[in-house]
Amino acid sequence: MSTTETAHSSTESDASGLDYEETQLTLAPPGASRSDPERKRGLSDDDLPSDSSQGASIKPPQSKAQVVGWPPVRSFRRNALKSFTYVKVAVDGAPYLRKVDLEAYAGYQQLLTALEEMFSCFTARNYPNERRLVDPVSGAEYVPTYEDKDGDWMLVGDVPWKMFVASCKRLRLMKISEAINLAPRAPQGCTKEQ
Amino acid sequence: MIEAAEPENSREWSDPEVHEGRLGPIFEDFAFFFSRVLVLFCPQSAVDLRSFACEAGAAGNSCIKDLSLGCVLFVVPVLTKLEVESKVREKNFRCCGAMTYFPDEVVEHIFDFLSSHRDRNNVSTVCKAWYLVEQLSRLRVFVGNCYAVRPERVMARFPGMKCLTVKGKPHFADFNLVPHDWGGDALPWIETAARCCPGLEELRLKRMVVSDESLELLARAFPNFKSLVLISCEGFSTDGLAEIATHCRGLRELDLQENEVEDHGRQWLSCFPDSCTSLVSLNFACLKGEVNTSALERLVARCQNLRCLKLNRAISIESLIKILARAPNLVELGTGSFTADHRTEAYQNLLNAFYKCNSIRNLSGFWDAAPRYLQAIYSICSSLTVLNLSYAPAIQVNDLIKMIRHCFKLQKLWVLDSIGDKGLAAVACACKELQELRVFPSDVYGTGIAAVTEEGLVAISSGCPKLNSLLYFCHQMTNAALITVAKNCPHFTRFRLCILDPVKPDPISNEPLDEGFGAIVKSCKDLKRLSLSGLLTDKVFLYIGMYASRLEMLSIAFAGESDKGMVYVLNGCKNLKKLEIRDSPFGDAALLENVGKYETMRSLWMSSCDVTQGGCKALAAKMPRLNVEVINEREESDEMVENPSDMHRVEKMYVYRTLTGPRDDAPDFVWTF
Repeated sequence: MSTTETAHSSTESDASGLDYEETQLTLAPPGASRSDPERKRGLSDDDLPSDSSQGASIKPPQSKAQVVGWPPVRSFRRNALKSFTYVKVAVDGAPYLRKVDLEAYAGYQQLLTALEEMFSCFTARNYPNERRLVDPVSGAEYVPTYEDKDGDWMLVGDVPWKMFVASCKRLRLMKISEAINLAPRAPQGCTKEQ
Repeated sequence: MIEAAEPENSREWSDPEVHEGRLGPIFEDFAFFFSRVLVLFCPQSAVDLRSFACEAGAAGNSCIKDLSLGCVLFVVPVLTKLEVESKVREKNFRCCGAMTYFPDEVVEHIFDFLSSHRDRNNVSTVCKAWYLVEQLSRLRVFVGNCYAVRPERVMARFPGMKCLTVKGKPHFADFNLVPHDWGGDALPWIETAARCCPGLEELRLKRMVVSDESLELLARAFPNFKSLVLISCEGFSTDGLAEIATHCRGLRELDLQENEVEDHGRQWLSCFPDSCTSLVSLNFACLKGEVNTSALERLVARCQNLRCLKLNRAISIESLIKILARAPNLVELGTGSFTADHRTEAYQNLLNAFYKCNSIRNLSGFWDAAPRYLQAIYSICSSLTVLNLSYAPAIQVNDLIKMIRHCFKLQKLWVLDSIGDKGLAAVACACKELQELRVFPSDVYGTGIAAVTEEGLVAISSGCPKLNSLLYFCHQMTNAALITVAKNCPHFTRFRLCILDPVKPDPISNEPLDEGFGAIVKSCKDLKRLSLSGLLTDKVFLYIGMYASRLEMLSIAFAGESDKGMVYVLNGCKNLKKLEIRDSPFGDAALLENVGKYETMRSLWMSSCDVTQGGCKALAAKMPRLNVEVINEREESDEMVENPSDMHRVEKMYVYRTLTGPRDDAPDFVWTF
């Protein structure tokens, strides 16, 4: 049941006893705890005065590392909700589709890099306001598009990354010649990497 | 269930007169119980019984109080008024003697009306005669911890068992805190039942490991088998389901809730023979793989008694429409993905299909629901009592609100926190009958925008006065809000609050949430289950120990300051059955303060606390009827693993009462002291 969420490294985790285990793909059995044996508490003790009394406020953990089993959501539910972020990727002309987990990427750049690797015949080329993938053999250009929750086909890259992840149902690398009919892009094409 | 002491020791079962200490409670049970029968028939006799109670001199006051409540529970038509009155008038019998004037069949008939296994456990401890009658007539057996008692013993005691419920892993296994192969194998139970109780009709398992081999045995060994319910189980695949479908003639119920099922691609659903027409309930919503939809449609068509059908995500709207056409009498429906493969006239067809289904009261599914299809169900929303949208992250809050506005009969609602405080306010306005609310986190990895806060909960509490069960994942909570909620809703039996950021204080006052939770336990006198979160000191446990007298299950995480916290709970909550604690500063002193308490409980779990190996050994030495299990997963130095010192902190400990001694299937990383 290990997750693929990348944990940001915690600069204070060793020194302060703050012990958020990083979740990462591992060959260890699920649920295997990697907690520090010397740890007394789940959270930083050094942040509290030594005679901690009520009202002492503990800083919320700064790192985004995950505590095992927190929040207490059943694994089944976690995995089910997670599977919502796997989307099919189709490429015009390819014999079969692939699937990617959008949650695994931090932004558009990583996604396109991954697509580039997946359909290894492409190289990514960055146009001033757009991203395209190019097949070096035929020179044909592909534009990444996606179907959103309302069923409309959109150009990838217009909305903030998180919004895209939440609304993307499937991806399609469309040949440029077919891309002319897509929804018009927002005036300022810059996107925020989040 | 089997948690009641087994009366094997003859010392416990000699004449109740001799053991004065035992007399009171026995009589209390008996008279309270018996009084209900009498009150039904002859109020005059209730007065006689009162004087009779005084003469017997046992626990008189509490009996009178119970008698005056006089609530009538059940009918005993075989008794005539005269018979009963004459028995009561004889003044010189022993308290237990009265019931021996009734033949066993009468007593058994009275016991038939006791549905709760706890009531049956209680009557079986009144006297040996009642124990024997009860044992032979118990049909539904509940085992709360599969390692508390051996299957052979259960089935020897209850040879007439028709329905067996067994629970396996500790609750925190749901959150990956228990290693994968810890235990909880269902096979021994199924094998023993196959030998000893072949008349078994129903099996319900929760958090157990169920192999395909077990399912195969189950399918073939019980000719009258009718109902299989698996909740949060794992270890089986669609091959096992195919065995069940193939061999269980007369199967009425196959209910799979949130199990991890391997998809072996086998067309298990097609294995239901054409002769199978008995299905009443079929729930395969948790399966990931595809099923043969035409086989499903034919199955649904021939099972005219089908009332509950929960489809999995692989079923599209097109299939749903065809299925609904064949099952217009469904009461419970899990809709499948609720999205169309092709954008055809699906909407109109869906509308027509639902129009004909006017028995639906319980809806779930909606895995990929698009807004345009949701409108098709507005017509049935007004008769819904249960709505589960917690696996529907695709539904936006505005569509949710539009739907909820129609659901004025709703009693149970499960949603994602994307509903927001605004959505909860709409629920509070519309759903005045609401009893249970669960709000799950949509962004499980905790990086998202604040979705619901204390405001949503306060709105619900003021709009829904019948609320008695809550599970609420939120980003923040205040003492003031909890105090308001406690005042608005004093009927909570289950209150589980999870603030996503552990140890977060009240954001307004920066105080711990002790007072808020204190208000909850003080106001909600019937509270049976409580989960705490946020910044909490020992004070909250003082409140819990003082006020939560009916509390049976308590979940603690990242809370407390010292051993005193845990001790308050152990000394205070007299009905506590399950205590689970993680990441809290409770150590050996707390663990060993009240060791007798653990025999009155089903189990204690402590992980990432301050309990040491020495503490565990001491507990095990003092209490031989407990299993003190320590889970060691460390792969560090061998020395550490082979011979840790008593000072060594224990990472995970699971303590439970048992009649069996250390279990023989413990893996090598589980040590029982």
